[in-house]
Amino acid sequence: MPDWEKLSTARVIPLARPRKLAKVPFAELADGRLQGVVSSGSDIERVYVSSVAASTYTFACSTNNNRPCGGARGSFCNHILALVNEAVLQYGAERVARYLRVELGGEEPSAPSITRGMSVTRPAQGDTALAAPVFSRFLRHLAYLELAPVTAPVPEMQWFPPTRAEA
Amino acid sequence: MRADLLAETIDGIDEALAAVDAFDQVLTAGLLRPQPAQAAGLARLAGAVTGTPLAARVAEAAEKAAAGVASEDHLVALAAARTALLGSVHDALMTQVTEATGRPGGGDYPASEQAGQGTSARQAANVLAAARSWLSDLARGGWRGLDTGVVSESAPVVSAMLAEPALRRLATLLDGFAAELAASCPGATLERVPARRWADLWSRGMLLTVPGAAGAPATGTVTGRLLPLGIDLTEHPTAAQAQVHAVLEPADGGGPRLVRATVSVPKPDTVIGAGVWQLLRPRMSLLAAVSQGRSMDLADMPVTAEGDLIWSDEHARLGEPAAPFAAARVALPTATAMATAPLDRHPARIAVPVFLEGYAARQDDDALVFTVTGRPLAVDTDRIPVAGPLTPEAVAASGACIGLLRWDAGSFSVQPLAVETTVKKKAVAVQAGGWAGGTTDAAGVKAEKAATDATSVLRERAGRLLRK
Ligand SMILES: [Zn+2]
Repeated sequence: MPDWEKLSTARVIPLARPRKLAKVPFAELADGRLQGVVSSGSDIERVYVSSVAASTYTFACSTNNNRPCGGARGSFCNHILALVNEAVLQYGAERVARYLRVELGGEEPSAPSITRGMSVTRPAQGDTALAAPVFSRFLRHLAYLELAPVTAPVPEMQWFPPTRAEA
Repeated sequence: MRADLLAETIDGIDEALAAVDAFDQVLTAGLLRPQPAQAAGLARLAGAVTGTPLAARVAEAAEKAAAGVASEDHLVALAAARTALLGSVHDALMTQVTEATGRPGGGDYPASEQAGQGTSARQAANVLAAARSWLSDLARGGWRGLDTGVVSESAPVVSAMLAEPALRRLATLLDGFAAELAASCPGATLERVPARRWADLWSRGMLLTVPGAAGAPATGTVTGRLLPLGIDLTEHPTAAQAQVHAVLEPADGGGPRLVRATVSVPKPDTVIGAGVWQLLRPRMSLLAAVSQGRSMDLADMPVTAEGDLIWSDEHARLGEPAAPFAAARVALPTATAMATAPLDRHPARIAVPVFLEGYAARQDDDALVFTVTGRPLAVDTDRIPVAGPLTPEAVAASGACIGLLRWDAGSFSVQPLAVETTVKKKAVAVQAGGWAGGTTDAAGVKAEKAATDATSVLRERAGRLLRK
């Protein structure tokens, strides 16, 4: 086996797994949080911006217009539960648990065990100041769809082979 | 192909790579407060380019860096030295590869002009400077010093560059690099550091911030019949590229040439699998031709000195049926390989089309190995895209293979692009990129449907939320 540290094409990020995007169009592990956007079930114009911080599990949920979520009073709302579920589908439970530094108490990593591991610590509710930057990251993410393909070669892509190895 | 010729050791490679490794350890620790070990690593790099035109600049840069006072220009000089060393490794490996394939090397397209592509606008210069500044910050902190703060500073730089198609190469590189770094934070607790890889990406990024470095202008046009061999898909979370390797039979009667046709696109990280083909497909009709097993007739298609077609559908029309294995058996052996652009002389860039048959396949621990002309050759089945009909099992059961010969971390391997295998006593060809142009295969149709659903949700959300 070649030395992984000396591979130009060492695979660092495992294969992302497909998931349905209708409910949670955006989920990411970034800036020390699990954060994302959850579409409202009742109003097509409205989305909720939800986040949970690593280690402290401080959570926040509000609409993109900065109205606090009615469900996130003292404990995780359904949007945050949906966000954890979808992040587990996308990244794999192990990576989500590791990123959020969740103590699983010997349980297998899964969306329910991760949620339970965080809830039992009675995490604090954060303010909604995060909604704006997370929402703008979502818009930046959507803007990738508007970028046109090019046919000039990008030799740099030779450093990014696909992988079949899932998270 | 004579795999036995690939097994011979090449003088000088180990020494060059040892100097590269020494510098890579410097980047792992960072240049903020250099210790004696880093000073030694920098001296080793400078020593390895003694006697080359870079020597004086690199010696000065190494000295300043060891004293903790390297400027951005000094860091560019260090990146250039590392790149030159890997360039010499590339050249030595390619000499060996050319002997092993027995094909004519050194295509006769005019030498590449290293001119820029007219993107020297001040705005481009500003964003290139911002990129260089970010990369310099990374080098100071080192991979062990990575944190989400320094990594996230790349976002505005990448966004500004993505908007400008001429800066797509650097933008795509930095975007993929930053995603890996973000997934690896904090660097202090990483179990292992992909030192060679990240130093490759860093050095390449640094050199691409030199205005004009990314220019690969078309130097001519070609007319003739294009016989596809297969598709090499590459991807990171927010970009994908399909590169079709093919043999061009020029209409003017000249000998066949190896060429590539490429299409790439930035993408949201939730567009994956068949969704990638859906984004790439509309821009290059050649992908559909590959899926249908057809040749294409080119008329005045722009081409670079490296044999890269700058694809435009208006210069191409669908041709006769052309099986890739017929092209590999008949046209490939005499096809002339093109030169490599100076900046692309790197072992990771080696991707030489080869045709293999009469090998024995065996599973060795968790890797597949072909025994070719008595020598083992590892098969990189991990590179087979999941959104395609080819599987590692089909490769293991195959009797003939079209692949790309590659080299990484001291050994050659072959990446399967297509195999011939026997189904119900009939020889059938299965291509890694078989679904590129669409498919009627049941699994493929299902993957296409899932991808269409994902993309349409994102487009609906974008339409509703993006322009408010
Ligand atoms: Zn909520």
